[in-house]
Amino acid sequence: MRKALCRAGPWALLAAGAAMPLVLSDYSTNLLARFLALGIVALGMVLTWGHGGILSLGQGVFFGLGGYAVAMHIKLTDLAAGEIPDFMVWSGRTALPLWWAPFQSGLFAVAAALVVPALVGAGFAWAVFHRRVSGTYFSLITQALALAFATLIISRQDVTGGFNGLTNFTTLFGFSFSDPAFAHGLYWLTLGCLVLAYAGLRWLLGSRFGMLLRAGRDGENRVRFLGYDPVPFKVVAFGVAAMLSGLGGALFTLHAGVISPAMIGVVPSIEMVVWVAIGGRLSLPGAIVGALVVNLARDAISSVFPAAWPYAMGLAFVLAVTLFPQGLAGLRKARA
Amino acid sequence: MSALLCVDGVSVDYSGFKALDGFSLTLQRGEVRVVIGPNGAGKSTLCDTIIGRVRPTTGRVVFRGEEIQRLPEQDIVARGICRKFQAPGVLPSLSVRDNVALAARRDRRWWHSLGTGIPAAEREGIAAILAQVGLGDHADRPAGELAHGQKQWLEIGMVLATGAELILLDEPTAGMGPAETRRTADLIRGLGATRTVLVIDHDMSFVEQLDARVTVMHQGRFLCEGSIAQVRADPEVAAVYLGHTA
Repeated sequence: MRKALCRAGPWALLAAGAAMPLVLSDYSTNLLARFLALGIVALGMVLTWGHGGILSLGQGVFFGLGGYAVAMHIKLTDLAAGEIPDFMVWSGRTALPLWWAPFQSGLFAVAAALVVPALVGAGFAWAVFHRRVSGTYFSLITQALALAFATLIISRQDVTGGFNGLTNFTTLFGFSFSDPAFAHGLYWLTLGCLVLAYAGLRWLLGSRFGMLLRAGRDGENRVRFLGYDPVPFKVVAFGVAAMLSGLGGALFTLHAGVISPAMIGVVPSIEMVVWVAIGGRLSLPGAIVGALVVNLARDAISSVFPAAWPYAMGLAFVLAVTLFPQGLAGLRKARA
Repeated sequence: MSALLCVDGVSVDYSGFKALDGFSLTLQRGEVRVVIGPNGAGKSTLCDTIIGRVRPTTGRVVFRGEEIQRLPEQDIVARGICRKFQAPGVLPSLSVRDNVALAARRDRRWWHSLGTGIPAAEREGIAAILAQVGLGDHADRPAGELAHGQKQWLEIGMVLATGAELILLDEPTAGMGPAETRRTADLIRGLGATRTVLVIDHDMSFVEQLDARVTVMHQGRFLCEGSIAQVRADPEVAAVYLGHTA
């Protein structure tokens, strides 16, 4: 009986998740959709941080690459031929930058939202790991990367939208963002991506690849002196997590209707770590729950008393790290 | 008999301090050799140099007739040298069987790791290794739960599972009681026929049980070589080494 319940549990949860747009208000559905997108980001960090021992304090960079890729496409879709986005005009530009041009294709933008973060992530990870830099040093470099990326976007207002980011979305693939049916469709798309990411990572973590990733985390030297090169395993894991971060960023941007440097810099990157720490960095369901719980709490607390949120999050993080190192997922295991 | 490994005039210089100073050593195929020496004699540095963890300042390391002292670590392992570290280097979160399975895999490219389970062809060999090191009954336990001595055996098993022809064992009996030490000596003596083994140790009773040729190191240099009885009788050895422990 219990076993059957355990088996049916995830499917029931998925069905409940899929039914949400029919039950919740449009506002709440949108909020939940955003948090599910953040859940995809959190899943990637289970792979890198939990099982790979690679703590990235710069996932916001990849989140931003995904988000900006789709936002650039949306900014271009509504323009008449020869027109350029409004913020470029305000900055005195007269022509579209060359690297914006391919984003007129929706397919290119979607592909870029996945491929660019994956390649940037993998390339960055290779550059650092093949020099045998790891641990805290790696984390610090990722944080510097997040700072640099946000600064770059703010400083190039004429081509990036600067501090305000890209916003005022109207249509995507011919659908209007103000159409509730389209919003529901996006919700289900996000849920579907989350499920796919979950299933894919579950398989990857259960494979020999996952075993080697954990082995490298626990004893990189032992793995190396068994004849493995640990670098490609870490690079691939980091690339996959970066891609998921980009996917989450793209979906989040569609739901939020905006992507800006405030969502991709150092602070948001660290918040991503907090979700996973609270949910449980070794657990895929834990990471999703962590992203949902922390962001629901953030919404609830900051709507009543905005100044209290950073303190509440800091406290929750400290408690999670000191008392429940396995996060919420660890609590559940301890009870079982 | 042909030489499997030839360490030829190797020096390792740590900014002025010579951990190895023109050291040479030749191992024949199928030989078990013990290297002893007081702390700081350069025994572990010798292992580090052979396995590629430390690069020699001068000199050559020749394995099966080819120089290996500049190769990346994983290439050295792929050529058939594997080392057991001093502190047990098992992978605690993996099961005992998975520890050996990881070592036993010959195809170590990452894209070939995208599959689940242990390939059927490797299962038998893994079971044989587990039986050989006496851990057949513990195959499904996480390696982190094993007792200290069992971890040492597991790591020896992992080193064997790589199929390496030359095996470096750095203090394999560290932290073991007399009974465990005896079992370890039996295990290593049993390898002699198929593998070449270089053992580093302090424990003289263990070295006696191994009944192998002994090389004595002192301050990074070769001091003498012979049977354990010859080495014990050597006044120079007594002065630098046995004198300390007796």
